[in-house]
Amino acid sequence: MTDVRVAGVGLTRFGSHPDRTGRDLFATAALRAFEDAGVPREDVEELNYGNFMGALAEHQGHQAPLMAEAAGVNCPSTRYEEACASAGVAVREAVRTVRAGDADVALAGGMERMTNLPTDEVTEGLAIAADDLFEVRAGVTFPGAYALMANAYFDAFGGGREDLAHVAAKNHANAVPNEYAQYRKEVSVEEALDAPPVAEPLHLYDACPITDGASALVIVSEEYAAEHDVDAPVAVTGTGQGTDRMALADREHLARTPAADDAADAAYADAGVGPDDVDVAEVHDCFTVAEVLATESLGFFEPGEGIAAARDGVTTADGDLPVNLSGGLKAKGHPVGATGGSQIAELTRLLRGDHPNSEHVADAEVGVAHNAGGTVASAVVHVLEVAE
Amino acid sequence: MSDDAPAPASNGGYDEWLDALADGEGYALVCPDGHGSLPPRRVCPECGSASLSAEPLAETGTVETHSVVHVAGPRFADDTPYATAIADFGPVRLTGVLRGVDPETDAVAVGDRVAVGLEERATDGEPLVVFRPAGGE
Ligand SMILES: [Zn+2]
Repeated sequence: MTDVRVAGVGLTRFGSHPDRTGRDLFATAALRAFEDAGVPREDVEELNYGNFMGALAEHQGHQAPLMAEAAGVNCPSTRYEEACASAGVAVREAVRTVRAGDADVALAGGMERMTNLPTDEVTEGLAIAADDLFEVRAGVTFPGAYALMANAYFDAFGGGREDLAHVAAKNHANAVPNEYAQYRKEVSVEEALDAPPVAEPLHLYDACPITDGASALVIVSEEYAAEHDVDAPVAVTGTGQGTDRMALADREHLARTPAADDAADAAYADAGVGPDDVDVAEVHDCFTVAEVLATESLGFFEPGEGIAAARDGVTTADGDLPVNLSGGLKAKGHPVGATGGSQIAELTRLLRGDHPNSEHVADAEVGVAHNAGGTVASAVVHVLEVAE
Repeated sequence: MSDDAPAPASNGGYDEWLDALADGEGYALVCPDGHGSLPPRRVCPECGSASLSAEPLAETGTVETHSVVHVAGPRFADDTPYATAIADFGPVRLTGVLRGVDPETDAVAVGDRVAVGLEERATDGEPLVVFRPAGGE
């Protein structure tokens, strides 16, 4: 089995791009990834592309060949759809393909265009990541599902809205220097608490925004990097994926995410590291409570103890374990099908030392990315390490 | 029915389940190991057993979590704000809209007892799984 390196990363600014098509967004991210990698695009042997709601947003199915064209690559190309974990799965398949020796160079990432739809249609579109018959028709929205998890958490373990507001404030502060972030403004705990409700107990600043954007990664084998003198100091050393029952009501516990537990266990075992070795993490905070659940599944905190981490300063930029230094989905933005690739791009920049927030993790050697789909019926975890 | 008059598309076992709920005969599918699930099912999603029997839901359910939705999709536009809940009905938990409480106040709590029935969405009259407070608890 060959080792896998991240040779280059590319992102668009996350935000509202009303005049840009999905294909243009992905082309931009891919162009930047090739520039960053110094790898010629003709060496790409596979495109793994994530997208969730392109059929609704742009009336465009069969997006992989379209995105291969846009990126200027000619190779087998496949779209992966696992709701908000679509790009995480796409990256995972690229890692597995390179490891297996089936390709030396893969392009992986994703794209989502969302702001061109009215808010109520986006709400409806995101809801289809839930069980249509037993959840969506019963009134569950995407924020509503996480609101159900949040109240279940408060009931089981304690904590409340103010703890979640600290997560929002932390991630907004982290996004300020990030040139790719949608919201580069601080939000105070008080502002978060006073914002209008979306699905109680979650209010506006507990929720990620609606975002357009794309991510792309050039993934190569260690041998390719050595042979072609490609500067790729960050390795993907662990990958894991988990699946749970689709509907929240069918989960063993309404305030736990076992699919992410499984993904984390597999990724840690794959990399030969444990939660105590992790220096920095990018986790799927589509809602503030999701960050709490993620950090518990990743083993940073016992179930019920992650809620206080942001308020206690453990996961802030200056804390022992900074979480979402990019700003997270919360402030950086959440172009659904691009997010999993974006997390790996941010983590790579943080570990290489060329992220605006790298100063907070100057000695970091191990990073973890956690990407979740729906109410975590799907989860993907990757371990990245500084290899040289 | 003749071949040139196709039946309207339905969701098979799910629609039958809604009908049963409307008649006050809601059920779950239960395997020999006692795992409950909702139709349509060929096998138990927990253990894979193909031996599934319909068993009645508990008379009342217990609210395990709840939320008040203020921002919804077009199919619920005129229903907002509305309370949703997940309630335990014995072999399965159900997800539904909680009516008969004021969604603007903290009128719902974990542990509340609710009954389940079939009502209509305010927005478009489509069938909706609804919980209502079960009196006398
Ligand atoms: Zn069973």
